[in-house]
Amino acid sequence: MAFDKVWVLAEVADGKPTGTTLELLTKAREIGGAVEAWTWGGEGSAVAATLGAYGATKVYDTGDLGGALPGVPVAAAMAAQVQGGNAPTAILAATSYDGRDIAGRLSAKLDVGVLTNVVGLSDDGTSEHAVFGGTTVVKAAFTGNPPYLFLVRPKSFAAEESGGGAAEVTTVEVPDAGATNAAKIVQRHVEERIGPKLDEAAVVVSGGRGLGEAEKFSMIEELAKLLKGAPGASRAIVDAGWVPYSYQVGQTGKTVKPTVYIACGISGATQHMVGMKGAKNIVAINKDQEAPIFSIADLGIVGDVHKVLPKVIEALQSRA
Amino acid sequence: MNVVVCVKQIPDPATPGKLDPNTKTLVREGKLILDDSDAYGVEMALQLADKAGGGEVTLVSMAPNEEVGGLRTALAMGAAKAILVSDESLKGADALTTAKVLAAAIKRAEPDLVIAATESTDGYTGTTPVQVAELLGLPAVTFAKHVEIDGSTVKVDRQTEAGYDEVECPLPALVTVTAGVVEPRYPSFKGIMAAKGKPVDTLKVGDLGIEAPAVGQQVVDVAAAEERQAGEIVVDEGDAHERVVAFLEQLKVI
Repeated sequence: MAFDKVWVLAEVADGKPTGTTLELLTKAREIGGAVEAWTWGGEGSAVAATLGAYGATKVYDTGDLGGALPGVPVAAAMAAQVQGGNAPTAILAATSYDGRDIAGRLSAKLDVGVLTNVVGLSDDGTSEHAVFGGTTVVKAAFTGNPPYLFLVRPKSFAAEESGGGAAEVTTVEVPDAGATNAAKIVQRHVEERIGPKLDEAAVVVSGGRGLGEAEKFSMIEELAKLLKGAPGASRAIVDAGWVPYSYQVGQTGKTVKPTVYIACGISGATQHMVGMKGAKNIVAINKDQEAPIFSIADLGIVGDVHKVLPKVIEALQSRA
Repeated sequence: MNVVVCVKQIPDPATPGKLDPNTKTLVREGKLILDDSDAYGVEMALQLADKAGGGEVTLVSMAPNEEVGGLRTALAMGAAKAILVSDESLKGADALTTAKVLAAAIKRAEPDLVIAATESTDGYTGTTPVQVAELLGLPAVTFAKHVEIDGSTVKVDRQTEAGYDEVECPLPALVTVTAGVVEPRYPSFKGIMAAKGKPVDTLKVGDLGIEAPAVGQQVVDVAAAEERQAGEIVVDEGDAHERVVAFLEQLKVI
């Protein structure tokens, strides 16, 4: 066993551990001896049963963070445990907003590196990373002392229950982090999304620059709705302000692995492909026959999205 | 208000990246350009300094071979000067090593605000800015989609999974900005000409008063990823939608 003890940074949304958290716990069980989880904001007790069912025996919770962004206080609490002698061999976190903040802070606090964009981990201690838009797989390993920090891309591992009982919850002290802990959340905003979540949907329909204008994104939403799927977007149209960032599929956005991914007016920049090439089936509609997206599409339609999409939508409506 | 923007000069993303088979580090020969993601931070910094009614925008970068191509682009946009750390000993530097070097260089500029992109386009580790903040003892607000300065406080709309959070943080602080936070300007002809004469302070690691930090990780293997094969290509002649519907039927999603 490469890792005696593995900590998993457990993120909680709507009172439940995120899907990626369960993926990380499953992997941690495979490569590690003991598996323990970390939560913050007092969420630990609510999710202890689920975390336990996926293999965590213990949950460390920081308690209420007083509105602080989690990066600093959670990393400070973890560093205090490590420096106090309770150190894991490896720490797994998701490549998420908070995961990256916490791992970055912890790395600097403990003076240990972080391996990022991990898509594979084996019990010989090496990690796999997809680079250059997923065309190349690099294997890497730490050369220094543990703990080893890994930031893992969502959907890299399957989540499977272990059948374990509820994890034991321990509230840990958050040391005073001084000026570094001064960023406070004053108001939260939830953006309404209809239908399934982008990274959980069986069908994802995404639009890109080829749509021509923001209003045409409604075709993407319509088709996604008809297929009970989720609408997504390329970085180009998110940067252009047509749709919120939460729609973005790609390296800087969400990683999706649906049954079907339908790319409409998306040329297939590497930054986009890395987020969707894990889809089981890919359909691409683009008027440029040379578009890179066609090199990975199971079905490629060389055509104008403005002509093809309305007909697909109409055909599906007439079936309903 | 003095703002430091961390910028990265990267190989042109239009040409695919390569790893040196012997050293297993990124091949970074040829001209480097300003990472597109950094243009947003430079623009944000220029706008904030302008609104504050004074102060300078300083670029801080680490690159091999004293490369300044990308820095000139950002200077042409309006940044006042640049600090470039270029040292053979930094070849193959990981994110934490890079953060240590950048932090030491940033200290020299004594900024009120440090801005960085959320991640680089070529390496996309996405941890360097937060590591820099920790090393400098600064608070950080990451993934900003809107940034405002109100007196000695920075107010940020921070992207979240569910939407966004309004976050407030006293200065000095570090903020990472997402693409699209502002619309970057194109350098004007006047800007391009002026950039040629702007100071670029080129330093070695030793000049920063630190030792070349040890890198605690290495690449042990490089392989081509399993490639997806291209499937059927249909040129639309007015009936391609039928093929799409048939494909979806075959997959039983309709």
